[in-house]
Amino acid sequence: MKKTIKLRAKAKNGVVTVKALISHPMETGLRKNKKTGKLIPAHHIQQLVARSGDKTVLQAALGGAVSKNPYLSFRFAGNKGDTVTLSWVDNLGQSDEVTGSVK
Amino acid sequence: MNRRTLLKSSLAAGAVTLAATAGLLAPGRVLAAYPSAAFAAKDSAGALSTAMGSPEYSLSDEISIKAPDIAENGSVVPVTVSSAISGVESISILSEANANPLVAVFALSAAEPYISTRIKMGKTGNVVAVVKAAGKLYASKKEVKVTIGGCGG
Repeated sequence: MKKTIKLRAKAKNGVVTVKALISHPMETGLRKNKKTGKLIPAHHIQQLVARSGDKTVLQAALGGAVSKNPYLSFRFAGNKGDTVTLSWVDNLGQSDEVTGSVK
Repeated sequence: MNRRTLLKSSLAAGAVTLAATAGLLAPGRVLAAYPSAAFAAKDSAGALSTAMGSPEYSLSDEISIKAPDIAENGSVVPVTVSSAISGVESISILSEANANPLVAVFALSAAEPYISTRIKMGKTGNVVAVVKAAGKLYASKKEVKVTIGGCGG
């Protein structure tokens, strides 16, 4: 599968700011197909985990109300050269993971 | 003829078993901690009591929500939540006017109390940030006017 996560991590004064952009349709399951009138089945990211080295930094549970192609930014204490791994799993069991280094 | 029917039926049965195992195993593995009931809740009190154990929170001005006053497009509303409360365990974002108000729950294992993301809003309503610190819930609200809804349609 094509890489779905774009990740940038920058350290400043001991704090790492991570910015991530994931390409995902994030269908709520409430929207209707305008032509057929049928509901578009839900397809959204449910869980997202960020790790740095062997420690978990952030665990997120997302609903369908997060925008399409989700953007997420968070901060944690760290330094230049650390690694950041971001992974997600959606309601259909698809997943992706990417590891980047802090600049 | 008999052999063919037998083959067909056993194949079909096999496929069903496979589908069932896949369907049962996959969610069991990944959804262990996913609060699907909280995301399906129809009001924010219900969502909060399912996700956080209590619908009660006290308003706090130490939580800041950065969101536009007027969002032209409800399907992409940038929201940034940060908090000055110490010992923050989780940050939840809710949009009160949505059919399912709970948007996301962020459990901050080692992250600073700062989350920035983009959410969908069905119509004009309050964006609520609920912060859990030392077992208590604190919240802050901000009204966002939506001119074009982003849910349903």
